[in-house]
Amino acid sequence: MLKDYFKTIFQAIQSLFTGMKLTGYYFTHLKEIQTEEYPDNRATLKMAERFRGEVIMPHNEDNEHRCTGCQACEIACPNGTIKIITKQEVLADGKKKKRIDSFIYHHDLCTLCNLCIVACPSDAIKMGQTFEHSVYDKKLLKKILNKPGSKLMEGVE
Amino acid sequence: MGLVLIVFLVLLCFFLGYMERKVAAFMQVRLGPNRVGPKGSMQIVADTIKLLLKEGLTPNSSDKFLFNLAPMIMVITSFLVVAPLAFSSNFQIWDTSIGILYVSSVSSMAVIGILMAGWSSNNKYSLLGAMRSGAQIVSYELSIGLSLISIVILSGSLQMSEIIQSQQNGWWLLKGHFPVWISFVIFIIASTAEINRAPFDLAEAEQELTAGFHTEYSGMKFAMFLLSEYINLFVVSAIAATVFLGGWMPFHIGNFAAFNQVMDYIPGFFWFMGKTMFIIFIIMWFRWTFPRLRVDQLLNLEWKYLLPISMVNTILVTIMAIYGLHF
Repeated sequence: MLKDYFKTIFQAIQSLFTGMKLTGYYFTHLKEIQTEEYPDNRATLKMAERFRGEVIMPHNEDNEHRCTGCQACEIACPNGTIKIITKQEVLADGKKKKRIDSFIYHHDLCTLCNLCIVACPSDAIKMGQTFEHSVYDKKLLKKILNKPGSKLMEGVE
Repeated sequence: MGLVLIVFLVLLCFFLGYMERKVAAFMQVRLGPNRVGPKGSMQIVADTIKLLLKEGLTPNSSDKFLFNLAPMIMVITSFLVVAPLAFSSNFQIWDTSIGILYVSSVSSMAVIGILMAGWSSNNKYSLLGAMRSGAQIVSYELSIGLSLISIVILSGSLQMSEIIQSQQNGWWLLKGHFPVWISFVIFIIASTAEINRAPFDLAEAEQELTAGFHTEYSGMKFAMFLLSEYINLFVVSAIAATVFLGGWMPFHIGNFAAFNQVMDYIPGFFWFMGKTMFIIFIIMWFRWTFPRLRVDQLLNLEWKYLLPISMVNTILVTIMAIYGLHF
């Protein structure tokens, strides 16, 4: 009985010290501070890799993307953010193939849930790191992700 | 002289407000105020101007006389307790022969201010906060009294200046062995509870009671509660520094004359403020580390742990004092 009494006191002091050690560590190690002084450090700001700012479609230097127009992302999207318009294209060997005409992305509807990126079989789209998206006109948030005149990359089917 | 002290205390409250916000920020891995003035040091001035310009609202169904009286009582009790504190060897407003008794009795008047604020606001949250605070202060008063008594036994006086003089050859915390360490720890815990700071801030408990007893207060009346909170924080730390850490007495090591001489060159005021600031920092450290206690845990801690331990401890100190076992 008396042993338990002193045991609880000892354990309580021990756990209080554990807590104080942690806060004391943070107090003396100011380099651990996580706060970003955002508008001031705009030039050097580095977002985390997992940060989701917007859906982007990477293009290589020959203005080629990897989107085959399979519409898996359009189906996966829960709020109809993505709309893919396809066209028939005649290739060099005379075959007709389906290619994307425009990949429309409604940024104002997007919740950045990442489902389209998971659904994409050819890694054509990914999450961008920019986040300063505020505009005065809602129409500006409707974006066409494939650049004008871009082609499907060789070897992506 | 009194005016100097009041101005000093108000400026000190500005500093403590700033210090608290910075300490909180650093412990929570944040930056804290950093926009107004260098490193955000003018933030509290800006806040004060804001509070001065705000409307002092009095709720319609409140008891208007008591509602306006409560913040006054809080501030007056806080300032009254400062009177017997010895800031240095030759600066003490009122060296009464019952200094410790005066401090512990006057400081418990704060509960009247809190109850008055809670009752007159005519608000459930305020009343709950005030009731909790009443239970808390009445309980923890006992432990504070007993832990102060242990030093009164050792030094044989209630007078602040004599308690400090009795520590000329070493602070009580250093020459008092483990009973004094225990009463020091109990004093720090109980005084944190006494001034309603986290982890004992049940009277305010933002998450449960919005702001507890000062929910209905705004503008300068609210600022007076804040002022009294920081003065109380200073006062309990100053008492702990005076009673356990030797007040303005410099730090001496036995007969190491050269070292003692160097320590004597530092004025007593800086010794006093340094010790006080150290204890204030520890109390702030508590606040930003520990979670708030429940009401039942609060009363458990006092009646099942602190009070029995401090009673046994008082007996130990008495035995130590009778047989002269301390240094």
